[in-house]
Amino acid sequence: MKKLSARRRHPLAALVVLLLALACTGGLYAAFAPADKAQADETAQSLAIDEGKKLYAVGCASCHGTGGQGTTDGPSLVGVGAAAVDFQVGTGRMPAQQPGPQVPRKKVIYSQAEIDQLAAYVASLGAGPAIPSEEKYGPEGADSAKGGELFRNNCAQCHNFTGKGGALTHGKYAPTLEDVDPKHIYEAMQTGPQNMPSFPDTTLSEQNKKDIIAYLDAVNSDDTVNPGGLSLGGLGPVSEGLFGWIFGLGGCIAVAVWVAARTAKAKKS
Amino acid sequence: MSTAANEAPRSRGKAPAGERVADWADGRLGIYSLAKANMRKIFPDHWSFMLGEICLYSFIIIILTGVYLTLFFHPSMNEVEYHGSYVPMQGQLMSEAYKSTLDISFDVRGGLLIRQIHHWAAIIFLAGMFVHMMRVFFTGAFRKPREINWLFGFLLFVLGMFTGFTGYSLPDDLLSGTGVRFTQGAILSVPIVGTYISMFLFGGEFPGTDFVARFYSIHILLLPGIMLGLVVGHLILVFYHKHTQFAGPGKTNKNVVGMPLLPVYMAKAGGFFFLVFGVIAAIAGIASVNPIWSIGPYRPDQVSTGAQPDWYMGFAEGLVRAMPGWEINFWGHTLVLGVFVPLVIFGLFLAIIALYPFIESWVTGDKREHHILDRPRNAPTRTAFGVAWVTAYMIMLIGGGNDIVATHFHLSINAVTWFVRIGFFAGPVIAFVITKRICLGLQRRDKEKVLHGRESGIIKRLPHGEFIEVHEPLSQEQLHTLTAHEQYKSAEIGPTVDENGVQRKVKRTDKLRAKLSKSYYGPESQIPKPTVEEYKEITSGHGHH
Amino acid sequence: MSSQDIPEENLPAAQRGTHAPKPADDKNPFADPGLPPHEHRIQDIDERAAKRSERTVALLFTVSMLATIGFIASFVAIPHDKSIYVFPLGHINAMNLALGLTLGVALFTIGAGAVHWARTLMSDEEVADERHPIEASPEVRAKVHADFKQGAKESVIGRRKLIRNTMLGALTLVPLSGVVLLRDLGPLPGTKLRHTLWNKGKLLVNMNTNEPMRPSDIAVGSLTFAKPEGLDEHDHGFQNEIAKAALMLIRLEPEAIKDKRELEWSHEGIVAYSKICTHVGCPISLYEQQTHHALCPCHQSTFDLADGARVIFGPAGHALPQLRIGVNDEGYLEALSDFEEPVGPAFWERG
Repeated sequence: MKKLSARRRHPLAALVVLLLALACTGGLYAAFAPADKAQADETAQSLAIDEGKKLYAVGCASCHGTGGQGTTDGPSLVGVGAAAVDFQVGTGRMPAQQPGPQVPRKKVIYSQAEIDQLAAYVASLGAGPAIPSEEKYGPEGADSAKGGELFRNNCAQCHNFTGKGGALTHGKYAPTLEDVDPKHIYEAMQTGPQNMPSFPDTTLSEQNKKDIIAYLDAVNSDDTVNPGGLSLGGLGPVSEGLFGWIFGLGGCIAVAVWVAARTAKAKKS
Repeated sequence: MSTAANEAPRSRGKAPAGERVADWADGRLGIYSLAKANMRKIFPDHWSFMLGEICLYSFIIIILTGVYLTLFFHPSMNEVEYHGSYVPMQGQLMSEAYKSTLDISFDVRGGLLIRQIHHWAAIIFLAGMFVHMMRVFFTGAFRKPREINWLFGFLLFVLGMFTGFTGYSLPDDLLSGTGVRFTQGAILSVPIVGTYISMFLFGGEFPGTDFVARFYSIHILLLPGIMLGLVVGHLILVFYHKHTQFAGPGKTNKNVVGMPLLPVYMAKAGGFFFLVFGVIAAIAGIASVNPIWSIGPYRPDQVSTGAQPDWYMGFAEGLVRAMPGWEINFWGHTLVLGVFVPLVIFGLFLAIIALYPFIESWVTGDKREHHILDRPRNAPTRTAFGVAWVTAYMIMLIGGGNDIVATHFHLSINAVTWFVRIGFFAGPVIAFVITKRICLGLQRRDKEKVLHGRESGIIKRLPHGEFIEVHEPLSQEQLHTLTAHEQYKSAEIGPTVDENGVQRKVKRTDKLRAKLSKSYYGPESQIPKPTVEEYKEITSGHGHH
Repeated sequence: MSSQDIPEENLPAAQRGTHAPKPADDKNPFADPGLPPHEHRIQDIDERAAKRSERTVALLFTVSMLATIGFIASFVAIPHDKSIYVFPLGHINAMNLALGLTLGVALFTIGAGAVHWARTLMSDEEVADERHPIEASPEVRAKVHADFKQGAKESVIGRRKLIRNTMLGALTLVPLSGVVLLRDLGPLPGTKLRHTLWNKGKLLVNMNTNEPMRPSDIAVGSLTFAKPEGLDEHDHGFQNEIAKAALMLIRLEPEAIKDKRELEWSHEGIVAYSKICTHVGCPISLYEQQTHHALCPCHQSTFDLADGARVIFGPAGHALPQLRIGVNDEGYLEALSDFEEPVGPAFWERG
């Protein structure tokens, strides 16, 4: 016991306790978190809402209020619709971790079934856009060239020509659209998450949205061809200038050093 | 010159036919007198003397590839529908200029490579000129008799900027169109005549249907023509003045030490052309530049974030971004200071560096020729001034890319802009002070080295227990190199009363010059170099040295 | 102000320049010891090393020939639209890579061969070449001055003032023809920059759908771009018109609008602002729906769209012009007038 009490004062003790506490919380969460997928799939709509309500009470209510009416820490969720929930939780933005200029995309902690339950509950609070079905954002019948024009008109000002992202005021930013699920892109356009304005169907028709998604798939996916070679981040002249200075001029200077250097002399014997 | 030995094997393989051709040409062109003066011209070897060659060669590469591109490019702003091989652009309306650039990139075999060589070479050309200019500046190579050549080089840099800008605008893509729009907005800000210049340049309202064709003739004819003339003049002067050299044993202000043009320098310089071309071609094969197909055709109501010009215009872009939005309205007129002030600063900032040689020669009053280069540390005020200038330039480059800086370092764009606003004024001052101190420190170290020898890293224990580091004395070559530079004394205004007791009126320019001279060569600005007496006193004191 | 006034003693002593050793040299440890003696390279004394160098140079030139053949082969054999995946470059055009690398190698090896030849096989003995003053000798100078005076005198330009003055007059005037010829580069500004296609009754047409809009189409927090009815992108002059007429529409809660005039010119909280930045004319539409700020992506001018679009950051000098809007009899959004002030960048005559 004496030993233990001595070690309790060790500078690392606090860290150990913290890690233990975290492990316990995580373990408890894993044990108690409702995760029965098969059941959720079969549950009727009202059951989903009930399940969603429980999840909501645990994960969301502290900021958005117990009935989704909103608090000083989070906006009202009445009328935001299932699409907003699917986007926010499905991209890991919600639940938010820490205050800052913007809530970033991060690891998703809910399963899709749980997200659907949460969405069903929030949708029950007030009518709003529903989660789009796959034919709305699928590639069939989409015109990527038209999508390109629409993208440059509506999206490129914040997200860059090919969706690499860009800066907004005071530390906010438009995120990159690389690796974003087409469904989430569709939902973002529809619901306008955080500071992004929304583009409802009256502004940007369903076909328009489909075209934009097809364009992004053509120019900003893993299979996109950059005919010229290294894309240098797709950021334009800043990265091109850096590359030109470092590798272009740098390479030429390195060669110049060799050209001008003295040839090794024979060792005097 | 000991050339007979080298001549023999060279002429052995020459057919008499070659000689006959040469004789024929000499009878008509007088090439032998020209060759006599230049064939065995001496060029000193130093890597930094080849920076200018990088510029020359990239300029030649740009001309070669540019001629190729003109064979396929249509400088027209007629709107056409695209039906080429790039799928995400099918059916889009675009100008013929943009369409022909897409065709060069996708349907002309090798066209993309030539386009990329052209653009990369332009970026490297401007970067090379910048570094070359700084090399000349920091080593004092701009001093008499080379001031005019400095101005030629400066003009080449400025014209290169505008040639690059006009070329960058030709494809009429969304990014370059945004840059042209910025230029048009900047022209509008010019008091009194701005609106007229804009109407005349664009053939009416922006964007009109004329500017691509007009920029085209400026880009491929007017500016490159002037530049070609300047390049030739620049080279003739380099030949005529003979190259400068660093101080060293056997190198004086009255000679130039190095290798003869034929054969060594010809092989090295000629080979270097191919090396530079090879590096640029490989880069153009590996890395894409200005992928206009993903940028889209220009429309004045569309834009992308991260809209920047090529790097050499980034400095101007930074000035415009950092400037507060001042605007004065009076008597029905508007003075757009928010745009016009950066425009003026842009010109002044470049003019300062162009005129610097004349300022320095006015301060020193030195009218002699200088062919031995300064080490930057031995001209602390000049070096500090140059570093301050570069610092301001670099801060404005950051300003020009403030949005990219903000997103990639997770900063607020407003904070970056404020940093640039303050940094533009504070940065050069701090850089000046620090650089000067570093130069003086290096001068002190040189003095130590001359007087006490080089630190050898060998620790010796003396009989009475003390540890000392063994210093090796320098060779005479090294002693000479480290003490070869000259030091000016600061100029005084002189007595204000002449021998007859008459008060002399001191001109304000005299006072200014005395003040500048003091800041250049006063006791705070240079460490007196070791004298022979000092050296002898110390070396004889140590005895064993 | 000439530099003659500087006393000579401020200049450093005349340069050490001549090769001739000064008498004090043995006492001056800093004196120039002269060019160091030439040292031989391995290639200068060992024929086998020289042979190796020769073979290296020849190899480099041969590689260049092979690379050129490779260039031509790639040009002929590779389909020009074939893409391949190369780590770490990504999916790229095969032909561009092949042509770039083969051309790069073909050129680089020529250069490398020539430089290696120069560095190892050509003489590397450093030679000193005398410099001569750039300025002419006093005799030449005197001769040129005399010749010039003679020539000037023979031309009688100094005596015949009338000739001189009329010639200067003629030479001064003649370039004016060139200046006048430039007149038709473009029209005079007139009031072109003050008017746009908007005027009373013009419907606001959605840029994306090409349909006119009802107030109910514009949701709070949404962003819509509009053009005047009848303007089609196939029209001649579309670019010039859209450069002035481009419009962005947003909807605010009427109580969130701080500026009185903005509220007056709005319709049910829908406000229409020019999309063209008042700084240098970039289309500005980075609209943050929570803060109601619009940011320009080119130079970061920031406008508060809830407060008359006044400038809150950046280099723009004045607020974005607002378009007065309402609804027509059929319930579609329409303009009630043209912009009251010129859109886009400020200019001298703007006032």
